[in-house]
Amino acid sequence: MIVPLNHILLLSGLLFSLGMFCTLARRNLIMMLLGIEIMLNAAAVGFVGASLHWQQMEGQAIVIFILAVAATEVSIGLAAILVVYRRTDSVDPDMNAALWEKGGQR
Amino acid sequence: MSMLTLLFYAIALLIVAATAMAVTRRNMVHAVLYLVLSFFGTAMLFYLLGAPFLAALEIIIYAGAIMVLFLFLIMMIRLKKLPGMFFPVGQLLPAILISAGFLTVSSVMVGRNASGWAPMPAAQASPMAFGVYLFQTHWLAVEIASMLLLVALVGAYILGRRVRGPSADTRKEAP
Repeated sequence: MIVPLNHILLLSGLLFSLGMFCTLARRNLIMMLLGIEIMLNAAAVGFVGASLHWQQMEGQAIVIFILAVAATEVSIGLAAILVVYRRTDSVDPDMNAALWEKGGQR
Repeated sequence: MSMLTLLFYAIALLIVAATAMAVTRRNMVHAVLYLVLSFFGTAMLFYLLGAPFLAALEIIIYAGAIMVLFLFLIMMIRLKKLPGMFFPVGQLLPAILISAGFLTVSSVMVGRNASGWAPMPAAQASPMAFGVYLFQTHWLAVEIASMLLLVALVGAYILGRRVRGPSADTRKEAP
């Protein structure tokens, strides 16, 4: 006997809100992407717990696809951040609009 | 309270503490290292919840590949210190409000689920059974996921190539 499903879901919700806080509060594109990773991971925890609760492998199959989406998102996202950094010398989401113009004229 | 239950709560505490440390670090390398710790904890949690294959994948892909990619990027770019506060107040308050609101609503919704309070029996899905299940029922989704990864490969290549190729500064220096 391990824990009830609700405790796993509460842990998943807590992790998700931490990731959401990281995405919303940090002024740094890399940390925002990290927050999205935390949120995807929290969703995976919830799916694995549900898979144990209903004794179905459906939840575990979905976690595989979450992994694929996370890998895709992080590779594209980091490449885009690199382009932004080379154009504007910063990874601040606020400063980019003004600096992008300057970088374009250079 | 059995040993597995104690283990679950210890791992949950480790994950939440490591993630909270990662979210609040100013140094991004420290944040990524704390997050690697958190993902190792998640892998242990997956093993505890009966998914040993996913536990291995979590270590290989999340803690191994994705976090190393982040480390590469952080070490590749040299960031100047950002001016202003670490957490700007105008951004911190809405962020706390939204996250706390989400946490409250989700906790209330989870708490109303009366059938979820009974402890679950431990079970384990063997990697072989899981693989057979995945390729028998979800083969189309697996193909689509592989297509998505190919798109990611091509997209990352194009994004990384454009700035180094015939970009603005090389064209200007030529004449």
